Amino acid sequence: MIVENLPALQVVLPLLAAPLCLLLSRGRPAWLVATLISWLGLAISVVLLWQVKDGSVIHYAFGGWAAPWGIEYVVDRLAAYVLLIVSLIAAVMMPYAWRSLSSEIDAHLLPLAFTLMLLCLAGLLGIVITGDAFNLFVLLEISSLSTYALISLGKDRRSLTAAYQYLIMGTIGATFFIIGVGLMYQLTGTLNMADLAERIDALEDRRTLKTAFAFITVGLALKLAMFPLHLWLPNAYTFAPSVVTAFLAATATKVALYAMIRFVYTVFGTHFAFESMHIEVLVLPLAAVGIFITSVVAVFQHDIKRMLAYSSVAQIGYMLLGIGMATVTGLTASLVHLFNHALMKGALFLALGAVCYRIGRCDIDRMAGIARDMPLTMAAFVVGGLSLIGVPLTVGFLSKWYLLSAAMELGWWPLAALVLVTSLIAVVYIGRVVEAAYFRERPAGTETVQEAPAVLLIPTWILVAANLYFGIHSSLTLGVAGDAAAHLFGAVK
Amino acid sequence: MVLLGQFNYWVVFFLMMTGFYVVIARGNLVAKIVGLNIFQTSVFLLYISMGKVAGGTAPIVLADGALYSNPLPHVLILTAIVVGVATTALGLALVVRIKEAYGTIEEDEIHAKDDSL
Repeated sequence: MIVENLPALQVVLPLLAAPLCLLLSRGRPAWLVATLISWLGLAISVVLLWQVKDGSVIHYAFGGWAAPWGIEYVVDRLAAYVLLIVSLIAAVMMPYAWRSLSSEIDAHLLPLAFTLMLLCLAGLLGIVITGDAFNLFVLLEISSLSTYALISLGKDRRSLTAAYQYLIMGTIGATFFIIGVGLMYQLTGTLNMADLAERIDALEDRRTLKTAFAFITVGLALKLAMFPLHLWLPNAYTFAPSVVTAFLAATATKVALYAMIRFVYTVFGTHFAFESMHIEVLVLPLAAVGIFITSVVAVFQHDIKRMLAYSSVAQIGYMLLGIGMATVTGLTASLVHLFNHALMKGALFLALGAVCYRIGRCDIDRMAGIARDMPLTMAAFVVGGLSLIGVPLTVGFLSKWYLLSAAMELGWWPLAALVLVTSLIAVVYIGRVVEAAYFRERPAGTETVQEAPAVLLIPTWILVAANLYFGIHSSLTLGVAGDAAAHLFGAVK
Repeated sequence: MVLLGQFNYWVVFFLMMTGFYVVIARGNLVAKIVGLNIFQTSVFLLYISMGKVAGGTAPIVLADGALYSNPLPHVLILTAIVVGVATTALGLALVVRIKEAYGTIEEDEIHAKDDSL
């Protein structure tokens, strides 16, 4: 009974718990509810992944209305895999959120912050699980609206302008997306993704379909911060409260990327997207240029949060490279990196959040010598950084390895060289922080600070441990990502 | 005749481009929200236009075989309107907070005060 309804519960639980947090109107009970719900969500997504691991697909008709008339939730391997990473990140970050948020925002805003985080979580999980194009838009807006509000909670006044800028660009992106969905509905008369995919095959040379494709990909590219549509991202990540930054960096752009993969590969199909529309001609150069430019820009950032934000745009570029290659290996590399990047950026931003908790702001000058006072936090940062660079035994190595082999499979040496060069640039920008934190003196006149409290350290180290664990025991991520990628290609042939 | 038959779509694209232009070109934060609203409204019209069946009536209880317009796009747009209202409300709330924090809602003046936006 309950097992049958798990796909619905995955989204409905956080959605219902959100107003409950609001009604509790006190910070700590709201946090406890949010944490409990995020753990339940993790349990549900583990069970779901277990059920579909063998390649079966769960179809859940909402309210008993059969698809394509009703709204359908579909859990296949790809969806279950992304659900797992989103709910894993949420489950690790919710316990961390209490201490970190209560040091950064007013006490009376805390229940609101947890309400927003649950709403955002519900929206993100919904985007992944839904099988209906219009439903995806609604859930996209649920997650985006709560994200705008969460960003504006930052203590710097620039968080307000960052949230405003993101609201404008995000809404344009979402509106582009529904224009595309509307055009497809006009053409096919359906909104169900599986149904759309079937009907599109016969309509491939219609101009309406091509326009819809353009609107949907550009709209989603805005949401996932594809270079050069990433302009909202650095400010939003820099000025949002630390835990919000960590949560968004690890989940929001990944889910938008998932939506892009869904539309390009499942709905439109590889034949239309690559052989008829040649999306790779647009995606590959932009991703390559974006990786290089944002990596270089990251080196020159003073604020370490902003540095990691630029690095995130570069990492999204890697995932787009894999999508643009249109091979099974390339897509596997994208999916593996989607999972791994969530782990590494989550760990890095949580470690940075712990530093912010003690010293207020994360400028590189203020962080000088901090490793002496906060050895465990900075050690977590170093391991996360190594993973970002792609050192063996970490998850980052696996991503880079797959991306390189995908590039070489196609004989694209310049692209392989680009991946290596930008990894070296990552050494430079992570190295700057390590050099400052370990080898410089504490700035004159600053008091020694204590190590971060255990509630902040434990979640950080859980993610660091996940970086190492999945770097060595890669069968789960590689197996599921590989199967899902092969399925996406097999489904259209 | 084709051009006239596509009258609705011409209006849609005129509004869409007007709204989009206002969002990009105006420096006033409230004007940008207004532009965003015009932009979204054009999409509402796009959906509603496509639901219209020539000669069709409203889809309420009808005699068998009566021609009626497709109600689904209208329902979708009700949802999109709600989303649009929420976005506008949140955007304006942010503008109020920006006015409190900066004392202005002009983009270039905010930019002069600190390097954001």
